[in-house]
Amino acid sequence: MRARAIFAAQLTFTLLVAAFLIVPAVQSMLAGVTANYFRGIRSGLTLQWVQQVWQLYADTILRSFVIALATLGVTLVVGVPAAYGLHLRGGRLSRVVEEIITLPLAIPGLAIALALLLTYGGLSSFRRSWLFIMVGHVVFTLPFMVRSVLAIFAATDVKTLDESAASLGASPLRRFRDVIVPNARPGILAGSLMVVTLSLGEFNLTWMLHTPLTKTLPVGLADSYASMRLEIASAYTLVFFVMIVPLLVAMQIFAGYRNDPAGRHQ
Amino acid sequence: MRSGPPRAWAAGGAQSPMTKAAFIRICLLPLAVVVAAFFVLPMTRLVWIGASGRHGIAAYAAIVLEPRYAASLLDTVLLALATTVATLLIATVSGLFLQRRRFPGRALLVAMLTLPLAFPGVVIGFLIILLAGRQGLLGDITLALFGQKLVLAYSLAGLFLGYLYFSIPRVILTIMAAVEKLDPSLEEAARTLGAGSWAIHRDIILPALAPALIASGAIAFATAMGAFGTAFTLATDIDVLPMLIYTEFTLSANIATAAALSVGLGLVTWAILALARIYGGNTVAANG
Repeated sequence: MRARAIFAAQLTFTLLVAAFLIVPAVQSMLAGVTANYFRGIRSGLTLQWVQQVWQLYADTILRSFVIALATLGVTLVVGVPAAYGLHLRGGRLSRVVEEIITLPLAIPGLAIALALLLTYGGLSSFRRSWLFIMVGHVVFTLPFMVRSVLAIFAATDVKTLDESAASLGASPLRRFRDVIVPNARPGILAGSLMVVTLSLGEFNLTWMLHTPLTKTLPVGLADSYASMRLEIASAYTLVFFVMIVPLLVAMQIFAGYRNDPAGRHQ
Repeated sequence: MRSGPPRAWAAGGAQSPMTKAAFIRICLLPLAVVVAAFFVLPMTRLVWIGASGRHGIAAYAAIVLEPRYAASLLDTVLLALATTVATLLIATVSGLFLQRRRFPGRALLVAMLTLPLAFPGVVIGFLIILLAGRQGLLGDITLALFGQKLVLAYSLAGLFLGYLYFSIPRVILTIMAAVEKLDPSLEEAARTLGAGSWAIHRDIILPALAPALIASGAIAFATAMGAFGTAFTLATDIDVLPMLIYTEFTLSANIATAAALSVGLGLVTWAILALARIYGGNTVAANG
């Protein structure tokens, strides 16, 4: 009897927590397709707000994808070889390097953005292009890629594989391409999903780094929250959810997110 | 993983045109360039500029000496502490429950609790407005029940709800993973020795969860200290440190102060996470 009461109390508590998280998300999704939020769902369902979002903000959505993919490209080119180098080299220096590249996760995005602005804000053509935002995203997401690949190297005894390939006479470049990268694939995939998800949702850095001509999706969201009617803000949020939730699901399937939930984002 | 005997990589390297050591250097070069140019150099400059204002290096002391900044720092720390304590309490109760019990709908419940993982701070601010803003659900409910509209969204309470929203999914996942690794034989032994459920929780389960609690608590704390998006969306009369930095920089063009404050904020969040790593295991912050 007592055990049942405890179970019921715990279940009720957890359901309340879930409601706190889910109810506002569902509210916002519904508001995005409701003709008039203040009259409620009775006023009818409509896609007009989503259409208006597309007219108003399509450029921010596309720009966010461009920046996310470019960020992914850079973190792949820089991060995967770096993880291999750090793993093989080992020693104290590698640990220090790993420590330094992980620092951006411990420092608020606002501080990093300010630092980038104060250093490169004067280079006006760089400052005005979307590359400036991409640089911020690379600094912030690179540690996820490197750590994700390093975790795979640590788990798969890649050193032995590498040495066997070397003893068969394969050159370093060939070993990297034909042995290391294929073996690191799960880590690369997990890291890539993380990088894209984080980049698409990044706001703290981006708000400081953007210009009126380089707005991204989350910047546009903040803009719409401040200045648009609630239905449009909600429809825009709905568009964001539709993009980000599949990535999150994929991340949980492929990345073993549950084992390292802290190793993340924004 | 990193220690071990020196590697005999001369074997392959000797036959190829490029030695192994050279190849490793090439692998690390892009990283060195990117990190030096876009992180180390800018951060050094930030620290430098923080000390280059009217007050020189004393700008850093102003964070704790100047009443307005000190008040903002205190508010931010208290808010982060409240968020951390509340998140840990909620997540421990729910995490233990979800990992220990099996019931229909459990997987769905876990999915619902982890869905917000990818929501950035700005979006969470908007959700808090829908929940507890002027036209919010909470207002409607309290109006119907007590005849008065409760509006929390635009104050510290709203920010607290936002940070709670952000932290709960992460901390629940960490705690569930830690509960999964608990050794059930310890609890069995305690039970056969006659320990009650409360004593088992106090003396066995909670101490075993301590590293996970410290690690995830530190992340919740550091995130709440540095989060900008949620405060930005809710902003009416909230003067937490990140908002203060933002207004000093953009509205007052007080660049040296903004730099000094953000260096101070960065040091605090970094120190919290470093301490937690010493006492609790691996931690990486979340950027809210």
